[in-house]
Amino acid sequence: MPFVHRLKVSDDINTDYIISGRYKFKIQDEKELAKHIFEDLEEDFHKKIKPGDFLAAGNNFGCGSSREQAPIALRASGLKAVLAKSFARIFYRNAFNVGLCLIECETRFIDDLDELELDMENNLVKNITKGLNIDIKPVPRIMAEFLKSGGVVEYFKGKKGFNAIV
Amino acid sequence: MRQTIVEKIFSAHSGKRARSGDIIIANVDYCFGQDGTSALIIDSFRKMGVERVFDRDRFSMVIDHSAPSPNIGVSAIHDKMRGFSREHGVKLFDIGCGVCHQLIPESGHVTCGDLVIGADSHTCTYGALNAFASGVGSTDLAITLASGKNWFRVPDTIRININGRLPKGTYSKDAILHIIGDLGAAGATYKAAEIYGDIIDNISMDARFTVSNMVVEMGAKCGIMAADKKTLAWAKKHSVNEPKPVEADADARYSEIREYDFSELSPQVAMPHTVDNVCNIEEVEGTHIDEVYIGTCTNGRLEDLEIAARILKGKNVAPEVKLIITPASKTVFLDAIKKGYIDVFIDAGAVVNNPGCGPCVGTHQGVLADGENAFSTANRNFKGRMGNPNGNIYLGSPATAAATAIAGVIADPREYKKRL
Repeated sequence: MPFVHRLKVSDDINTDYIISGRYKFKIQDEKELAKHIFEDLEEDFHKKIKPGDFLAAGNNFGCGSSREQAPIALRASGLKAVLAKSFARIFYRNAFNVGLCLIECETRFIDDLDELELDMENNLVKNITKGLNIDIKPVPRIMAEFLKSGGVVEYFKGKKGFNAIV
Repeated sequence: MRQTIVEKIFSAHSGKRARSGDIIIANVDYCFGQDGTSALIIDSFRKMGVERVFDRDRFSMVIDHSAPSPNIGVSAIHDKMRGFSREHGVKLFDIGCGVCHQLIPESGHVTCGDLVIGADSHTCTYGALNAFASGVGSTDLAITLASGKNWFRVPDTIRININGRLPKGTYSKDAILHIIGDLGAAGATYKAAEIYGDIIDNISMDARFTVSNMVVEMGAKCGIMAADKKTLAWAKKHSVNEPKPVEADADARYSEIREYDFSELSPQVAMPHTVDNVCNIEEVEGTHIDEVYIGTCTNGRLEDLEIAARILKGKNVAPEVKLIITPASKTVFLDAIKKGYIDVFIDAGAVVNNPGCGPCVGTHQGVLADGENAFSTANRNFKGRMGNPNGNIYLGSPATAAATAIAGVIADPREYKKRL
């Protein structure tokens, strides 16, 4: 079963923390980049993540710089989705654009290493460990389309431009 | 018609009446990337299989974040950017030209009423020019590079009125730091900010850019100001295109209105490790400082260098303090040389870098050692920002930075009253 991971910090986790500027300029291989996520906050954090796991945080996840290496590195680390009370806007767009799923929901009742199940059809996160169902904010239609296509580039190619979006 | 500035700009660029909450497709007037984001722009653009950029006069790339290159990886990125520029005939601002957020307006690519996106979060800087300008990621930028358009969710707007008169020794940097401290790092997330008031009316364009530059630090999508005589004079001098000033309707709908009076404001300092961790200078005066950095897209303009030069003239930087100064652009650099500021800096013991982002992003030109404290005029003080997670960064105005460099501890610029 997939587990959830939490950092010691909860709110305002910025893109410098997700992937430091030291690496974004140096490393262009996303798997390599993924080895450095959250390094300035907690060493070796990436080693805890198994494919399909979740990350949970508080408010304003992804604030700061526009670096797309942030959602790319998170996706490459194997995370299935990031759950937070709210996301910063540039990061929010970037994540769906590169095919990383973000879920807005109450995260107070999600602790480190709880077992989770994401049910997007019913807009629910099930916290198996605590026996709780948590409502999630539906993913906007346009974002869901991007996710389904594997990112906005693939979507754009498939639709031959933008006119089909709105 | 009850529209905000942003709703009007989105209406004009989408051909539909735009209201907050709408999702629209809008034409983009100008877009650009820098060396931290352009490699991914190029990759995404190529993946789309589009042969040509939508308009080669409406896109450019700027090599500013790590310039000149400090290592092989960055050199490869710069090389890729130069290659793309040659292949598509698009403008490249190479090393030494300056920071994108000074270059794009200075070279006339943005004017009143425009819609601009940049693959850099501080693109919001051009809100001071009465333009909708916002940061996006590389893939978003590539989509626009291919189509000339992008999709946007029309944001709610917070109206911020800044009145009173800034006391001597305080500047627009202190005003915006105070506002961010008050609203918090997420206080304006997903929203536009419209900024008005006596203080905005009375400050220069340089000082207005500082305010708009920092709105993203409270989550805002843009920080837009009305166009007045100063804006239009600036546009006339620099802009390639005719300015199309946009005003909000008198009864525009705001999600919130904030009022500030800064007549009694003290110099403000953002303490480690978040930009909204703001205090009056009195609370941190005397804190030991190892490195002082004056520059960046927030405070590397001519007026900023002038203030620093007035304080530093005839003085020496404290022993063992590194003072690093980076003019925001080649033009700013040349003007500062003509006015004698650079002589003052070098005499005082400063290191003057080539125009660019300098040590702000932590890749070169002044990386901190473990345990070192920096005082910087930049816009971010996140842990690790200046290249070392074991360093601490304080943020403030160029005046506070200059006073601090002389004292070797955080110092109040009001001590230099006669020079200000």
